Amino acid sequence: MSKRTIAIASGKGGTGKTTFAINLAYSVNESVALLDCDVEAPNTHLFFQPVINDSTVVNVLYPEIETEKCIGCGKCKEHCRFGAIILLKEQPLVSKELCHSCGACVLACPLDLIVERQRPIGFITNAHVNLPLNSIHLIQGMLNIGEARSSALIDEIRKMEIQEKLHIIDAPPGTSCATIAAVNRADYLVLVTEPTPFGLNDLKLAVEMAEKLDLKTGVIINKADIGEAPIKNYLKEKQIKVLGEINFDPLLAKTYSEGRVIVKELPQYKPIFEEIFARIDEEMSR
Amino acid sequence: MKEIAVVSGKGGTGKTSFVAAFANLSSSCVIADCDVDAANLHLMLDSMSVEKKQPFYSGYLPQFDKNLCDNCGMCVRKCRFGALALDEAVNFTPILCEGCGVCSDVCPQTAIVLKEKRVGEIISYQTRFGPLIQGKLDIAQSTSGKLVTSVRREARDLADAANIDYLFIDGSPGIGCPVISSLTGVDLAIVITEPTVSGEHDLERILKLCNKLAIPALVIVNKYDLNLDQTRKIKETSERLEAKVVGKIKYDRSFYDAMSERKTIAEYFNTTTALEVKKIWQEIENVLT
Repeated sequence: MSKRTIAIASGKGGTGKTTFAINLAYSVNESVALLDCDVEAPNTHLFFQPVINDSTVVNVLYPEIETEKCIGCGKCKEHCRFGAIILLKEQPLVSKELCHSCGACVLACPLDLIVERQRPIGFITNAHVNLPLNSIHLIQGMLNIGEARSSALIDEIRKMEIQEKLHIIDAPPGTSCATIAAVNRADYLVLVTEPTPFGLNDLKLAVEMAEKLDLKTGVIINKADIGEAPIKNYLKEKQIKVLGEINFDPLLAKTYSEGRVIVKELPQYKPIFEEIFARIDEEMSR
Repeated sequence: MKEIAVVSGKGGTGKTSFVAAFANLSSSCVIADCDVDAANLHLMLDSMSVEKKQPFYSGYLPQFDKNLCDNCGMCVRKCRFGALALDEAVNFTPILCEGCGVCSDVCPQTAIVLKEKRVGEIISYQTRFGPLIQGKLDIAQSTSGKLVTSVRREARDLADAANIDYLFIDGSPGIGCPVISSLTGVDLAIVITEPTVSGEHDLERILKLCNKLAIPALVIVNKYDLNLDQTRKIKETSERLEAKVVGKIKYDRSFYDAMSERKTIAEYFNTTTALEVKKIWQEIENVLT
């Protein structure tokens, strides 16, 4: 079996990405890696009792300037396009949080006074969950509170060598660089949406993102019975496959609220997720 | 003028719905929609006219002159974001470009010129509750923090000039760059949460961020009747992190109806939600005076 990556995203927050990703991982018949790339607020670990294998700190580079030898030419500030270097009385001052680790300042300094140091922005935890029929390799990124470099952390997760052939990625909400880092180059993108005006508005943005990234896309409509036609009309018009619809179920909501896995506690949902996976598998091989 | 940021940690808890309701109930306000990835407030507020649209520029996009390029590959080697590759010619993937300009700096042939990059826009609306300044980030862009800062500045200038009482900021989910920019320097953060294990976990992270930024926070538990046990845990977490739970709202379908009908949840006069939201707003006003 070849490697397949399924990314789960949405435009709007709170549509059910993590719930869907977890329950999908639970419902497949093979070992699967679940990559939690919602690094600002990761939640996957709350639904399992994972056995943690290791935790790795993720660092980014920032410039350290030898200010004693600095002649105050200002080239470092001039070449920093992120405003991370200012000059205070001709002495450069670096704002680490604004730095994008691009290396422009290092190249710009005529006296080679800038070296790059590492600083931590978060960590990646490697864990596994053994289930009766398969196992889930849970890889989760967590950004340190106050840091802004979500995509740097997500890039590290995506670079990891992972044994399992099937990868499911839980992406952050939105359509900006962090989400792109999570879903880029996936074999299939599942967009989880809800049939409300906000849901539709943000789904359109997510579809635009999918088109820009040239990703095969399908949609899950969650809480399908709370709204009506506009979302389905839009999907029909764009010829985007509806992989499944899940109606609002107070029992499902309660189960989720307790941090429990739907297909485990409410077995009537297992065939639904199995069917959805079969559809995704079929769409991926087209 | 008091600045209030509505944030959540977890997505989908009801931030935008509450911002609209507070705007409705307040004496006078300006609203800043800083959920720049997926701005939604304009959908909620009725009778709106667009006053102006301004493109927002941040960072640079390199332009490659194929005539000057000799395929040395220096730009490819120095780009740390994987936006450049060398096949028969230099291949540029704009969606991966962070706009750092290193490629232009290192090109020995000066074949790369940097142009200012449009990353989004700021739209100013007039709504029935007051002016709405909305930031919209173009797909796949970064530097959302800068856009949020610009939207806030525009909204603040407007509020100061017109002697407005409140500036409401509709924030993004998460705790990253746009949220940090939405929180810095505000008078109060209102955190909307839900009684789920995920909600409580994310609440802890957003409250820690508020503490780090020294912003006082109040918490509202939405859909609280979904899980009373989790609601209790949320109260404990909030208190441990020095935030008060200022109100609880039952799961109410009027949140969805309000979206469709372009009303605020405070306008469904016969619902318990409307009464509770009014009480919450009064409490917020008390806290701010």
